[in-house]
Amino acid sequence: MHKLSIAEQRQCLQRGDFSALELTQHYLARLETGGALNAFITTTPELAISQAKRVDAARINPGRAPDTTPLGGIPIAHKDIFCTEGIRTSAGSRMLDNFIAPYNATVVDKLNDAGAITLGKTNMDEFAMGSSNENSYYGAVKNPWDPARVPGGSSGGSAAAVAARLCAASTGTDTGGSIRQPAAFCGITGIKPTYGRVSRWGMIAYASSLDQGGPLARSAEDAALMLSVMAGYDPRDSTSIDTAVPDYRGALNNSIKGLKIGLCSQYMENIDIATERSLFEAVKVFESLGAIISDVELSNTRHAIPAYYVIAPAECSANLSRYDGVRFGYRCEAPADLKDLYKRSRTEAFGKEVKQRILVGSFALSAGYYDAYYRKAQQVRRLIKQGFIAAFQQVDVLLTPTTPGPAFKLGEKTNDPIAMYLQDVYTIASNLAGIPALSFPSNPHGGLPTGLQLMGNYLDEATLLNVAHQFQQQTSWHKLSPAWEAP
Amino acid sequence: MKVSKEVVEQVAELSQLNIPENEINDVIESLNQVLALVEEMQSVDTTDVPVMANPLDATQTLRADKVTEPDQRGRFQEIAPDARDGLYVVPRVVE
Repeated sequence: MHKLSIAEQRQCLQRGDFSALELTQHYLARLETGGALNAFITTTPELAISQAKRVDAARINPGRAPDTTPLGGIPIAHKDIFCTEGIRTSAGSRMLDNFIAPYNATVVDKLNDAGAITLGKTNMDEFAMGSSNENSYYGAVKNPWDPARVPGGSSGGSAAAVAARLCAASTGTDTGGSIRQPAAFCGITGIKPTYGRVSRWGMIAYASSLDQGGPLARSAEDAALMLSVMAGYDPRDSTSIDTAVPDYRGALNNSIKGLKIGLCSQYMENIDIATERSLFEAVKVFESLGAIISDVELSNTRHAIPAYYVIAPAECSANLSRYDGVRFGYRCEAPADLKDLYKRSRTEAFGKEVKQRILVGSFALSAGYYDAYYRKAQQVRRLIKQGFIAAFQQVDVLLTPTTPGPAFKLGEKTNDPIAMYLQDVYTIASNLAGIPALSFPSNPHGGLPTGLQLMGNYLDEATLLNVAHQFQQQTSWHKLSPAWEAP
Repeated sequence: MKVSKEVVEQVAELSQLNIPENEINDVIESLNQVLALVEEMQSVDTTDVPVMANPLDATQTLRADKVTEPDQRGRFQEIAPDARDGLYVVPRVVE
């Protein structure tokens, strides 16, 4: 059952080949034996079973309307950054180890309303800060393709869980590549939507002008099904876009004949040979489908990492000031006074990378440095956005690698934060600009997945999903699953 | 630029974080690495470029000034480390 796509699982459920309860119990059994990957922080078997029973009851009870919910009975997982009422929501941090969310994130409510089953909460880098999932208070996640390697981050647990078929799909968040890089490392499809497309209400904040939720799934089609439910206006998120959600699934089969795809030399510096080869193989596939390939210049790309590592820490230092040991979360033992309470609670409960980013952010925002760092980065950010606007006057989408190379080894970069930051070299610019971007699996190398990225114009998620789906009709990389099996 | 020990101590104070004496040199070094990484940005000509705070250049949305949420103080204080009589309890501030 776990080998089926969401669309196939839906068909089987509707035909009565198996019930939502049977499907849920099948995944719960896989979760129990899948613990070695450390993909989950919390599992929610009782909730999952009660949700599945509700879906089944709606389906078979005579006199009740048949289940027409778009994800009725599909078992999914939530990144542990989305608040789930009555369930621990840790954000991968000791700070929130004891935090039982008193409400649901909008994304969680929407997926619940769509009939999805919640199997649990996935592991992640602390407060979404990291590119390897090694910054989690709950320990690193292992890549199911090679347990000696990282799954990517920060949505590493979500990506590993989908790749290992421990859930049909999962939610994730992406501030600088945190959906796309783990999707690439784990051989799955993930999309970071346009900033404002998916509600941030109840999504624990890292850098609020960059954070965006989105799905991690096995294929573009499954991602389209998930995003159709997750996207949409939410009055509770003041940055939410009030525009109707298009029919993503309906657009999947559009022809891409005549579609203009841009390649950009600035996105090919420092890539390894296998990734480069998979990129040009994909170009051939797109050409065979009638797409027109051309070169595009994005000369400001190299400024994206510097701008990001000022803006994201600055926003993080402000957002994380709420963790004070007073209202919720961790409180130190026997504080001497109020200041000691604040400082010791924060010092004891935040991990090393989180503290580093808070310090960088406080520095960039402090008197005397604000103009040279924060203001400058915000100006550079506009230049990056303008570069994309110019590019999308020439082409419909941009095709790039998602990462410079495949998944690296656990521990390989933990002592070199700068090397870790450079993992996001191809993904960060789209967060700064706020445009949508998708990662899909390409030809693997040496048993490890590689991923390619499509970037599109504002609110044009439908084209990205369409292009990736058309690629996936010609290739089978997205159908590969890791040799790792739940024992 | 490179930060000094005094700057790092000031930033730690602003961040409400303690940095133990035996870790301060490591912190200074890693902050300087990040600052070296972002230094490249200073070469960009940004004369007359307006700052960008929101990807869509959206301004703050406003809503009608009416009550939309019920009072849930009790519920939210259930998860507080220490709350009593509707108040959050902290160490004594005023003697």
